[in-house]
Amino acid sequence: METKFEIEKLNLYYGSFQALDNVDMNIYRNKITALIGPSGCGKSTFLRTLNRMNDLIQGVRIEGTVKFDGKDMYGLNYDVIALRKKVGMVFQKPNPFPKTIYENIVYGPRIHGEKNKSKLDRIVEKALYEVAMWEEVKDRLQKPALGLSGGQQQRLCIARCLAVEPEVILMDEPTSALDPVATAKIEELLKELAVKYSIVIVTHNMQQAGRVSDYTSFFLNGKVIETDKTEVIFSNPADKKTEDYITGRFG
Amino acid sequence: MAQTHLQKVKTFKNIVFYGIIGTLAALTLAALIIIISYILMNGLSHIDFEFLSQDPRKMGREGGIFSVIIGTLYVTGVGIVIATPIGVAAAIYFTEYAKGGKGVTIIRFFTEILAGIPSIIFGLFGFAFFVIFLGMGWSVISGGLTLAMMVLPTLVRATEESLKTVPMAYREGSLSLGATKWQTITKVIIPCCKPGILTGLILGIGRAIGESAAIMLTVGGSLRVPTSLFDSTRTMAVHLYTLASEGLSMERTYATAALLIFIVLVINGTATLITNNLGGSNGN
Ligand SMILES: Nc1ncnc2c1ncn2[C@@H]1O[C@H](COP(=O)(O)OP(=O)(O)OP(=O)(O)O)[C@@H](O)[C@H]1O
Ligand SMILES: [Mg+2]
Repeated sequence: METKFEIEKLNLYYGSFQALDNVDMNIYRNKITALIGPSGCGKSTFLRTLNRMNDLIQGVRIEGTVKFDGKDMYGLNYDVIALRKKVGMVFQKPNPFPKTIYENIVYGPRIHGEKNKSKLDRIVEKALYEVAMWEEVKDRLQKPALGLSGGQQQRLCIARCLAVEPEVILMDEPTSALDPVATAKIEELLKELAVKYSIVIVTHNMQQAGRVSDYTSFFLNGKVIETDKTEVIFSNPADKKTEDYITGRFG
Repeated sequence: MAQTHLQKVKTFKNIVFYGIIGTLAALTLAALIIIISYILMNGLSHIDFEFLSQDPRKMGREGGIFSVIIGTLYVTGVGIVIATPIGVAAAIYFTEYAKGGKGVTIIRFFTEILAGIPSIIFGLFGFAFFVIFLGMGWSVISGGLTLAMMVLPTLVRATEESLKTVPMAYREGSLSLGATKWQTITKVIIPCCKPGILTGLILGIGRAIGESAAIMLTVGGSLRVPTSLFDSTRTMAVHLYTLASEGLSMERTYATAALLIFIVLVINGTATLITNNLGGSNGN
């Protein structure tokens, strides 16, 4: 099994506040890894270290190593732009640009230099097809993306992310703003996407983690309590705290 | 009982308060309507084809104001064309690159002061620096540069405000796709800000087009149609001032004033229309 990310002794500080404490973890290729844990335990923070989104926040300090495909991605002269092209992200709140559906999807390919109109058209069709939205929106590609429903917007954001052909997709509670039907659609989608992509998903929904993921990692107060195959975490966790959390005794 | 008494006092206070506010608002509106309709009533009847198409004769006692209209559009246009890229670039630098830095705080402090300086001071500076020192003479370009300095603070402020309203989520979305900061700014953030920038421009144009003192000192008062950036010319506000203060022709004074108001209204209207359309199609 190929590892995508190797994280070793990762500490992250927001100013003087330590948000991640000595995190070790491996993230595997073409698997879905779920990050669970109570609010404020550092799941989003951890996720954002994987595409260096935390660089945007002032006063963040990082120690330890995070390797992507074997290379230290916090090393000197590491190409963050190239990294983010390979490691896409879907946010908690759908955030399509205030542009048309079409323009949202071609945004990524365009900034990476694709100009050919018919190629872009094909990218749009393929991306929307992958998120099972092509039939729904093929007649209104030139309409504002903000006119879509919340669930459609989130799938559009996934399509926008797929359009740059990433290797990894990071998702921060992608279904928390959606209704059960839209959620089910996205979960179904995740299963299909895992064939081609490696996925890391933060979720507050235990069932969701159980349903979709291959691996689950339990976070508590900035520490990773344990990471294992999802069925192990849910049936036979090594740590008492994991069991308490999963059975709903706290958090 | 005490409670209801208190409530009564409150209600009474509310009524008085709203009454005062309402009256003041009505007064403001009334003043505006009276001024505009007074000017239009006195001026509109003197605006005809001849007035619009002929150059002034005998210092403006006779003829029209064709060259003056051209001069106005020319000087204002040059000012805006110079100010816009500088203002937008400065605002982007302040909000996107140097946020919260000490240097920015200082620059912003001076920008605010600049916004409050009387225009005649700008005129004096423009005269000393552009007209005399740089040898540009009384010209469209001297005036344009002076106007650009005058409208810059407004433009920077309006652009900054609209840059700040662009949600962080758009920036994150763009960067997460592997866009550079510059691509994010030019392709996502600025399109979102077009309405805000436009609002700043309108305010700037409003200030520029109505300016007389600074323009007289930097553009001069030639009545011929300007053919180059280095020609002197006359703007409507200057013409208006000259006609009125020298009592050359009351009819033409009002006609010029009416036309000036009309042009300002048209510019505002067009810009509002564009802004609304931009908003409607979500920045496309
Ligand atoms: N920009 C920031 N500056 C300072 N502290 C922060 C910042 N972002 C997060 N934190 C803190 O770091 C800790 C971890 O936050 P994080 O957002 O990673 O938690 P989370 O596990 O994703 O929580 P949730 O489930 O509520 O999304 C929290 O205590 C939070 O208050
Ligand atoms: Mg979170």
